[in-house]
Amino acid sequence: MSDLLEISDVEVEYRSRGRGRVRAVAGVSLQVASGQVVGLVGESGCGKSSLARVAVGLTPPSAGAVRFAGQPVTPLGWRRRPDTEIGLQMVFQNPYASLNPRRTIGAQLLDGVPSTLAGAARRERVRELLDRVGMPGTAADRYPHQFSGGQRQRLAIARALAPQPRMIIADEPVTALDASSQAQVVNLLVELVRDLDMGMLFISHDLALVHEIADVTAVMYLGRIVETAPTRELWRSPRHPYTRALIDAVPRISTTPALPATLAGEVPDPANAPTGCRFRPRCSHAFAPCGDQPPTLELGGRSAACWLNDPTTAAAVVPAN
Amino acid sequence: MAPLLDVDSLAVTLPGPRGPLPILHDVSLSVDEGELVGIAGESGCGKSLTAQTLLGLLPAGAKVTGSARFAGTDLLGLDNRGWQRVRGAGIAMVFQDPTAALHPMLTVGRQLTEHMRVHLRMDRRAATRRAVELLDQVRIPDPERALRAYPHQFSGGMRQRAAIAIALAARPRLLIADEPTTALDVTVQAGILALLDRLRTETGLAVAFITHDLGVLSALTTRGYVFYAGRVVETGPTGALLTAPAHPYTSALLGARPHGTQTVGTLRPIPGSPPAPGEAPPGCPFEPRCRHAEPECGTAPPRLDPVAVDRSVACVVRPHLEVAAR
Repeated sequence: MSDLLEISDVEVEYRSRGRGRVRAVAGVSLQVASGQVVGLVGESGCGKSSLARVAVGLTPPSAGAVRFAGQPVTPLGWRRRPDTEIGLQMVFQNPYASLNPRRTIGAQLLDGVPSTLAGAARRERVRELLDRVGMPGTAADRYPHQFSGGQRQRLAIARALAPQPRMIIADEPVTALDASSQAQVVNLLVELVRDLDMGMLFISHDLALVHEIADVTAVMYLGRIVETAPTRELWRSPRHPYTRALIDAVPRISTTPALPATLAGEVPDPANAPTGCRFRPRCSHAFAPCGDQPPTLELGGRSAACWLNDPTTAAAVVPAN
Repeated sequence: MAPLLDVDSLAVTLPGPRGPLPILHDVSLSVDEGELVGIAGESGCGKSLTAQTLLGLLPAGAKVTGSARFAGTDLLGLDNRGWQRVRGAGIAMVFQDPTAALHPMLTVGRQLTEHMRVHLRMDRRAATRRAVELLDQVRIPDPERALRAYPHQFSGGMRQRAAIAIALAARPRLLIADEPTTALDVTVQAGILALLDRLRTETGLAVAFITHDLGVLSALTTRGYVFYAGRVVETGPTGALLTAPAHPYTSALLGARPHGTQTVGTLRPIPGSPPAPGEAPPGCPFEPRCRHAEPECGTAPPRLDPVAVDRSVACVVRPHLEVAAR
């Protein structure tokens, strides 16, 4: 099975006055297949949104390439996007900003309906889309402000579904929503992926949420992917100390209060990233080899970029705990 | 001994475009000296408005009934001067968004010392000394340098630490923290939770922690209140509350959150959405969304009745609730 979305060695660089060049994404490769949910987790500033914008073609990468269904994804310009790329759609974090407040929901959904459909069939398609996301047909004549946050995100999802995409990139789609609507929207997205055999790249800072829904999870730290593994395996036996720290920081429900483990230090400025392993200054396992950038090691169906997984270097170290 | 904060049958009504809107109904809660108390609920459930009431920050035209006593002072009878004495030195607050809570054009030092010079009448030198102490207490590295920094030079976690330092400047006895970690990453959140816990043990500070995240509630607090549509629907020791919920809403909230265990694909959403203020049904506010609703639920809002030691529930059905393994 070939991958639907292929991100290979993508780098994203920004130039800013005073800070020089900032490498927000420093060489990332990631694949998503049809019917698969890939979760991308990382903390703010790790470059996950920059990666999402490149993956969907909103910004060109500084280096590397993105291929969708075998075709390179060209950066979005003023001209219409080629039909093949319309199969790649995005759902944004804030449904208050991603819908046009001055146009009815129906008009916004119609924008995405392929031009091959005409007349009454177009209106019929809008009704189908609304039904698909669990909204009544009457929603078509209303404006975004008449809906709650959770409902708006459903409508934004309907908008993304209009051109019958094969792949959805969702960038923090439920972060702005309340607990009860979060579960509704997440379940809807997963159901759509399964029913329509789409692929989904689900980007979130919430590791517990990604754990619930993703088949494969990739963990990003300061512009690099430090670990990729089938979700359960990643959660059960993380192979990178940063993944471990993220899992340990998730507060859990228990009979007596138990504070989550803290991680030393702050996320460094990407303009000033540490040399070698970028997690080194905060890592309790750091040892001599970490001065060099660790390669991404294949570990039987999963991969991690940490010297501890390399038998030749790890032999020299006594386990820290 | 009387609790530090004692709120009894508090009701708040705000003016709305189409007449008064009842927001809080019959809210009773207490916080003891040095206690970590959690207040949980979804947005619009009235948890933030409760905090605003306790700091006298309600908008003009708000109608308040019931009572709220803090260290023997009747808060609801205070005039402007009285409030100024309570705010900062008695009750202090930390908000969700530290970027909005800090003034972007004043140094952190200025924002810290201003407070002490006004409330504690300290001179500049003494105030600066205490500011350094405070920044050190909230674990901001290199406090002397941090005093001269502007908020934008800090990371999100450091900004929230600075906001906590400012809140602590006039030595309050109660800190109300309104979703202080919601905008932060999990690893940064873990640091702030540890900080609040340490402040409680070291200085005897009482904390009322408002959150929508039940995991945070469990990790930090010893006693909790669950709010729904402006009412307390369940209260008790946090551990018992979250591992053996007695109200269908508490149980439903637990089911809608990711567990972080081996079970995958078990998010159970709560159907529908909470009622808007003024549109609550005549009976139990959760009745339209409740899996266990009976005809009697629609008649009147249930009272918060004690069911065990320190444990009260506002539900007339009190179904047997399965406890998901976590």
